[in-house]
Amino acid sequence: MISGRTLAQGAWCESKMCDDFTKAASLCFLSEEDFKSLNLSGGMNVLIKSAYGRVVMVPRIDKGLPPGMIFMAMGPWANSLVGSDTGGCGTPQFKGIEVELETTDEPVMDIRSMFTNLGGAKT
Amino acid sequence: MNGQEMKTRTEEDVLCSFCGCLCDDLVVEIEGDNVKNVRHACRLGASKLMGHERIRTPMIRKNGKREEVSYQEAYDRAAHILVNAKRPLLYGWASTVCEAQKKGVLLTEMVGGILDSTATVCHGPSILGIEERGLSGATLGQIKNRADLIVFWGCNPAEADPKHGLRYSTNVWGFFTPEGRKGRNVLVVDVRQTRTAKNADKFIMITPGSDFEVLSALRMFVAGKGEFVPEKVGGVPRAELFEVADMMKAAKFGAFFFGLGITHSRGRAKNVGNALALIAELNAHTKFVVMPMRGHYNVAGIGQVAAWETGFPMSIDFSRGTAYFNPGETAACDVLSRGDTDAVMVIASDPASNFPRGIMENLAKVPVIQIDPYENPTTLLAEVVIPSAIAGVECEGTAYRMDGLALRMKKLVNSPYPSDEEILSGIIESVKKLRGTEAEANAPKEASA
Repeated sequence: MISGRTLAQGAWCESKMCDDFTKAASLCFLSEEDFKSLNLSGGMNVLIKSAYGRVVMVPRIDKGLPPGMIFMAMGPWANSLVGSDTGGCGTPQFKGIEVELETTDEPVMDIRSMFTNLGGAKT
Repeated sequence: MNGQEMKTRTEEDVLCSFCGCLCDDLVVEIEGDNVKNVRHACRLGASKLMGHERIRTPMIRKNGKREEVSYQEAYDRAAHILVNAKRPLLYGWASTVCEAQKKGVLLTEMVGGILDSTATVCHGPSILGIEERGLSGATLGQIKNRADLIVFWGCNPAEADPKHGLRYSTNVWGFFTPEGRKGRNVLVVDVRQTRTAKNADKFIMITPGSDFEVLSALRMFVAGKGEFVPEKVGGVPRAELFEVADMMKAAKFGAFFFGLGITHSRGRAKNVGNALALIAELNAHTKFVVMPMRGHYNVAGIGQVAAWETGFPMSIDFSRGTAYFNPGETAACDVLSRGDTDAVMVIASDPASNFPRGIMENLAKVPVIQIDPYENPTTLLAEVVIPSAIAGVECEGTAYRMDGLALRMKKLVNSPYPSDEEILSGIIESVKKLRGTEAEANAPKEASA
């Protein structure tokens, strides 16, 4: 798994509580080959799991990706899959994380729900 | 407007406060105190300057609910949290101006906390690599006017710094580069074919996590020891790597830009060190420079301010009474993941969104003070919320471009919100007041009599 900036994520990143940010930052991208092998189609979601967490995202095809790689917009959804270890340099490893994918009926969690029952949000 | 039309005006040469390109050619149309249109900006910059829904008023959580309060009450509450914490973390700083950052260093020292910037989840490994190896640098102006080879390694400016190519690197006409894009070679190295790769003359797709090995192979070719390079490195055939090394050596002036593709993947700081070593060695053959593609518009500025104020660029721990720097121990993610901080002040950033989930959950366990113009997930975790003016739009200040050039940002419109610098000054005064009150309360009775 690789996470990074996309134009849409960047354009909405100063307005994170709006639906447009959720739409932009809850997208993940697969190669055409992987997309077809998972029998995915428009309107379906994928459940992605790593050793550190799980998240539901909306899959899209990116023809620039090689098979076996998933790219996702940076943000709270992608960071659900990232571990805390900083490798002695203060920076977590946001890229190159092994993940597993499966199709799911679960919806994508909206931005406020992602932070419910945490700190101030629980009040 | 009492029947009168609102006054309209146009500001030229406005700086963009989104990414590290800090473009200075924007034209902003203003009506009254509102930005109505932004020209010459990319999609990211236009979105930033046009503005979004704001936090309207300071808030404090009381009895489980956040209530609207005055700025003074918010400053006093923030000071109370910081003074009573054993090791507060003061984090963010990338999207504000140097004048505010300077106040931030002072406040951190006063409360014996840790000052860290968003660089530690971004180009922190680059800073460590540069400290270890040194950097063969240049300004973006020099690159625009001289470079005939542009290398983008693990970065995607087409989406993260959209005007980089048009203003500074691939597609711009310069004094010694009159043919623009036609007169330049563009090499892209990445693990996926990005939008940037589609504009390249040569694109090398490497296996994820193999940057260090591929850079080492190129160093071998540059050193004339290519016969020791295996048949394939990082999924790339040896012959292709030879071609790339040759392309780099043949350039008259090469510019190597690198991004989070190497700082966020296996190797991190060591990848950067290896890239810097390759560039240093290329200078035995030709002129080559290297630059990290900085993300936030003034993340380079907090590195500068922290370095001249404390001697260190980030992750500075004042809890021992003097500045101590050791990323891996004192970076924001380190102290939060270990539970080694008991209060966090966040300014001009959104760690709740940008930290790994486990670290964010630890952030939610401690009192959080947020200073920001906009509501974001960090607001949801905050005990104290202080809305601020937008630097570069509603207040002026200095920012550093990704090449280290200091530029002055204008105030374009009036704002009802105080600047980050004013807010920090308010908190500093509250800290002094609180300390004075504590000193008075703790003084021996006969002395105070």
